[in-house]
Amino acid sequence: MADGLQLSPDGQLKHLLTLDGLPSRILTQILDTAETFMDVGERDVKKVPLLRGKAIFNLFFEPSTRTRTTFDIAAKRLSADVVTLNIAASSQSKGETVLDTVANLTAMHADMFIVRHSQSGAAHFIARHVAPHIAVVNAGDGRHAHPTQGLLDAFTIRRYKGAFHNLRVAIVGDILHSRVARSQIHALTTLGVPEVRVIAPRTLLPAGVEQMGVHVYHDMQAGLKDVDVVIMLRLQNERMKGALLPSAQEYFKQFGLTPEKLARARPDAIVMHPGPMNRGVEIDSEVADGPQSVILPQVTYGIAVRMAVMSMLMGPAQ
Amino acid sequence: MKIHIKNGRLVDPAHGIDQPADVYVAAGKIVAIGAAPDGFHANKTVDATNCVVCPGLVDLAVRLREPGLEYKATLESEMLAAAAGGVTSLAIPPDTDPPLDEPGLVEMLKFRAKNLPGPRVYPVGALTQKLKGDTLTEMAELTEAGCIAFSHADAPFADTQVLMRALDYAATFDYPVWLRPQDAWLGRGGVAHDGPVASRLGLPGIPAIAETIAIATILTLARETGVRLHLARLSTREGVAMVRQAKAQGLKVSCDVSVNHLHLSEMDLTRFDSNLHFLPPVRSQRDRDALIAGLKDGTIDAICSDHAPVDDNEKQLPFGEASPGASGVELLLPLTLKWAAENDVPLAQALDCLTRKPAHILGVPNGQLAIGGNADLCVFDPAAAFTVTAKALKSQGNNTPFLGYELPGVVKATIIDGHLDYERQ
Repeated sequence: MADGLQLSPDGQLKHLLTLDGLPSRILTQILDTAETFMDVGERDVKKVPLLRGKAIFNLFFEPSTRTRTTFDIAAKRLSADVVTLNIAASSQSKGETVLDTVANLTAMHADMFIVRHSQSGAAHFIARHVAPHIAVVNAGDGRHAHPTQGLLDAFTIRRYKGAFHNLRVAIVGDILHSRVARSQIHALTTLGVPEVRVIAPRTLLPAGVEQMGVHVYHDMQAGLKDVDVVIMLRLQNERMKGALLPSAQEYFKQFGLTPEKLARARPDAIVMHPGPMNRGVEIDSEVADGPQSVILPQVTYGIAVRMAVMSMLMGPAQ
Repeated sequence: MKIHIKNGRLVDPAHGIDQPADVYVAAGKIVAIGAAPDGFHANKTVDATNCVVCPGLVDLAVRLREPGLEYKATLESEMLAAAAGGVTSLAIPPDTDPPLDEPGLVEMLKFRAKNLPGPRVYPVGALTQKLKGDTLTEMAELTEAGCIAFSHADAPFADTQVLMRALDYAATFDYPVWLRPQDAWLGRGGVAHDGPVASRLGLPGIPAIAETIAIATILTLARETGVRLHLARLSTREGVAMVRQAKAQGLKVSCDVSVNHLHLSEMDLTRFDSNLHFLPPVRSQRDRDALIAGLKDGTIDAICSDHAPVDDNEKQLPFGEASPGASGVELLLPLTLKWAAENDVPLAQALDCLTRKPAHILGVPNGQLAIGGNADLCVFDPAAAFTVTAKALKSQGNNTPFLGYELPGVVKATIIDGHLDYERQ
């Protein structure tokens, strides 16, 4: 939520912790800046000198492959010096507190922390305790937020659909535990998507989710009808059987995206997934690899969006 | 020691007194109110001009963190903090390390406290061994050692059969049982009120029904067993309604609320400030309004601080990892005065919830002023305001969400058992 931590007094982005409460002006600025970085990856020399001499630390208190790698690439394309720490495996097990870790890295003259942590609010916590010149980017905190993922999804939608104001978007799956879903919802509602739907069994929806500005569906047939964008969420292994869901098979039958269910959407609908996919659990391979899927372009765009965020945090707008 | 408290406004809810009157104390007792007894020569005079003189406050939940948790706080630090807050009697929940489940621990605690200045301490014994919810404690022995009631602190109580037997056993000897109602399963893993704010922040929720289901179970068991029941730290609108109904039906049940929950709601969580991590969680504004209404109409009997000092290493953490609770014994009176002012509650009614009523729940004759009675008194300036700062708090725990608040009510002096245990310099 908006709490003054993310924006400097003159309205510039200081930290990126959540999309909740950020003005659409900032989100649009990030997407526009990302567009300018789209060609960098296609050059022979995949580098621009914007962050030369800046020290960026990836602080991963929770394991991640894809997000960490794309942040890493994005920082390197901006010519920053990047250090990645998998803290889950090192200092935490030695009893060092988050604040001690942060203080140590600050002493190494860090300019930016990219933080992933299993606790909601961890990035806020770190942002409140860092020296004023250090920027914090939330790369996923508990169930709370994954703002660069929300932004890259918005970027993908804008690339394929041109605008936001005439779209219906459905987000399908485990909304309850998903920071990705929360950030997508804030990105899309802020950017002017008139109808965001969530489709899930009641066990995977958080209390009062409607108050985030979404329409709730429990049925794929109704929920996917005439949508322009279908976003499938990953179902974590540990949720597949137990008291939230009886089995992966039943989940796939009810909520997995198959060509038949996708036929309910508009013929030009695109299919997205933040990855990594569970084929045959939330999505059928035929759809994942089909003509409507934009899942791989999402990954490419993620680098440009992360470059945009980092460059905006380290200096005036491009 | 002979003490003369002069020029104060005497407020004693237990006797309906609210008038200017001097108080005279000698040998631990109140010897006169109004005019000095013949031949009274005070060795200490407390000037209570512009101040309220009332019975010392009775706080139903103050963690002194001994034994076992001295890194968070000690008897010395917390008893001094309590005295500075005008508290003269306090109940200690059994969630120490080890829990208060053996007579030796309780005797040692009483002994240590007795040799320190500060409030009278009333340990609440553990209802089950190690607070594990499976084996009863030796309640008779614990009572002999000084326990005034039995509780389960914030430990989950999953097995209803054990709970029923615990209440049945306690009822045999008419021992009071204090329970904080929370279903062991529905609250599992939760750190915030399950509602739109926690959903937005991605904080695992503790639903309101975790409290109401537990209340339904406990009230049913209380009717069945006839136990003397006290419900601690109500937090939900429905919970207040259930207690109101039970009282109307004639069930002997009392309850309290933490002063934090009269001021805070889920809306305050948006900055992920771990000082707002409470058990039970601060809930919706509707719930808070219902707690306020329940206190005003007498459904809720007492206000407590739910004092829980926590050291920085356990509080300076992301919200869900931080130890719950706030250091609050010094803010009990100011926050109660603020609540009363904001809700048009007369001073005497507010003080009743801090004095006579909690003393009645404790089963002790404190919380009132009577000639010949214990000289436990609090002298405070109700109009003076102060800003809450970590430095000014005497508690070893600086963890409070009220840092920076300007609050009314400055305690000038606290007299406990006839001793001037605190005087503001």
